[in-house]
Amino acid sequence: MSEVKLHDMGDIILETRGLTKHYGGVHALEDANFILKKGEHVAIMGDNGAGKSTFVRQITGVEQRTRGTVIFDGHEVDFKGPLEAREAGIETVFQTLALADHLDVPDNLFLGREKTMWNWLGPFRRLDYKAMRADTMAALEKTGVKIPNIRNTIQNMSGGQRQCVAIARTASFHSKLTIMDEPTAALGVQETAQVENIVRTLKKAGEPLILVSHNMRQVFDLVDRIIVFRRGRICANLDIKNESFTGEDVVSYITGAKTGPEYEGVA
Amino acid sequence: MAEESHGIGGLKYDKSKRSWPGEVNIFFALIIIILIFEALGQLLPYMRGQSMLFDFNTNRDGTILNIARIKIIILQVAIIGIIALGVTQVIISGGIDLSSGPLVGATAMIVMSFAQTELVNGQLNPKAVFGAWAFDLPVLIPVIVGLCFGAFIGAINGSLIAFTGIPPFIATLGMFLICRGIAQWWTRGQPVSFPTESYAWLGSGMMPVVWFLLLAFLFHFVLKFTVYGKHTYAIGSNEAAARMSGINVRRHKVMVYMIASMLAAFAAIILSSKNLTAQTGMGQFYELFAIAMAVIGGVSLTGGRGSIIGTVLGAMVFGVIQSGFTYIKLDAFYQLMAMGAIIISAVVLDQWRQKSAAAKA
Repeated sequence: MSEVKLHDMGDIILETRGLTKHYGGVHALEDANFILKKGEHVAIMGDNGAGKSTFVRQITGVEQRTRGTVIFDGHEVDFKGPLEAREAGIETVFQTLALADHLDVPDNLFLGREKTMWNWLGPFRRLDYKAMRADTMAALEKTGVKIPNIRNTIQNMSGGQRQCVAIARTASFHSKLTIMDEPTAALGVQETAQVENIVRTLKKAGEPLILVSHNMRQVFDLVDRIIVFRRGRICANLDIKNESFTGEDVVSYITGAKTGPEYEGVA
Repeated sequence: MAEESHGIGGLKYDKSKRSWPGEVNIFFALIIIILIFEALGQLLPYMRGQSMLFDFNTNRDGTILNIARIKIIILQVAIIGIIALGVTQVIISGGIDLSSGPLVGATAMIVMSFAQTELVNGQLNPKAVFGAWAFDLPVLIPVIVGLCFGAFIGAINGSLIAFTGIPPFIATLGMFLICRGIAQWWTRGQPVSFPTESYAWLGSGMMPVVWFLLLAFLFHFVLKFTVYGKHTYAIGSNEAAARMSGINVRRHKVMVYMIASMLAAFAAIILSSKNLTAQTGMGQFYELFAIAMAVIGGVSLTGGRGSIIGTVLGAMVFGVIQSGFTYIKLDAFYQLMAMGAIIISAVVLDQWRQKSAAAKA
């Protein structure tokens, strides 16, 4: 990870230039140029296999890109793995949940950053269960999620409860950038609403977000801007807050009936 | 605390619906096993109505309990129990340690060589390993040597598992043979005997039980209330999630195996002190018995679940069964067969319990 400070990034938190990923002969992602401003919520849409998840995986260090540049928070970055990305301030909620099944809700929320007492004991420092429970209640009460007992282990909870815990965990890190890859794909109506509540609290807190989603209503409800991927390329950049786009417009970009003017010829 | 609610979204936590902790089941199992043996004592004709744990007739101790037998039961599980405390942590972290039994043998040989006294009945110690400098050393020296050796072996185990990625089963199986080899090589198979008085005190009388309970108390606290304990459970539960949370999984695994091996080494110190001698074959089957105690005590071999209280109860079940077989005069070979069957049923029962608990939720 180079420490070169680039000239005047202004209010840009993430920028990719010519980001490309080939799996052997398959061009999963081709020349993606993308900018995310601080506090901005952006949705990434597109058909299955359009390159959405591939794009996310190159940013979060899960995979190593074929070529291109990623600039995060003013620095050119090259994450070796997701942990490095997380340490730099990129929090990701993956499609497969990363929770420890045998631990309860506060344990999962605070895993790896526990509140402790008696810190002179090093690795044997004492956990401050009371403070962690109180913080967990505070973090989750806002979301509308219903959990009868946060001291129950995660393994016996519903998909929605687990997803809310995973997302609340991400949200409570106060990271520089949050990425959610289809966070509500497997959830019911109420559970989806709870997850969306958490996303809104992120927006209020001014924390930038990249949301990969298939859910048109959700995207129009939550984000400022939609990026559409098609066959490995970005084909549209729709400012839905300031210009009037409809769901049908977005669908025509996804299916290839339309292409954004600035992407004509490439996508 | 009593008024504290752990429910979110308007849900109140109903304490009456709380399922009891798994340790309670093991405690009930212990009671049932005792009752079975008591019943056998009444029913089997050749037992002539003897009781295993009670003594209504002689009443020497002023209690109705057969204190002598209870003491023996606790004493015989205490030393393997110390090993089981470490094995519990290893299994919770998702690993396994097969090397603890041979490590007991090797450590006992090495430690005893630093704990020898010079004069035995006015004669020079006939089993002396080193020269005059190693006689009558302060008791702390053999103890430290033993713990360091344990830490060294544990560090190798842990590093192999954490950095080469080979399965814990293989790494510790190799160490099993290496330690057995070290035990035989140390004195070319000769026993090491005649420790100093202070060394002999460490494992004398009921001291093994005292050490076992002290260490059980210590590690119960460590596993339940410290960051080390929490990370041990987290790694066993979901290693990828633990790594993603910024836990240094490799370093933690090395630490877990080091602690387990140091506990096995400490058990070796107590055992050699109790027996006043060290022999190459010491600790045979201990690794398996320690694993059995943990498993009977509800520690899941897939990691993430178990507790020190469970293991202590598992050790008691183990001791009661072993003693009970002797009490109903079951031959040793039947004992081994029955023991094997009991260990298998403990795991099967536990899996059923897990499944039914998951189905309820």
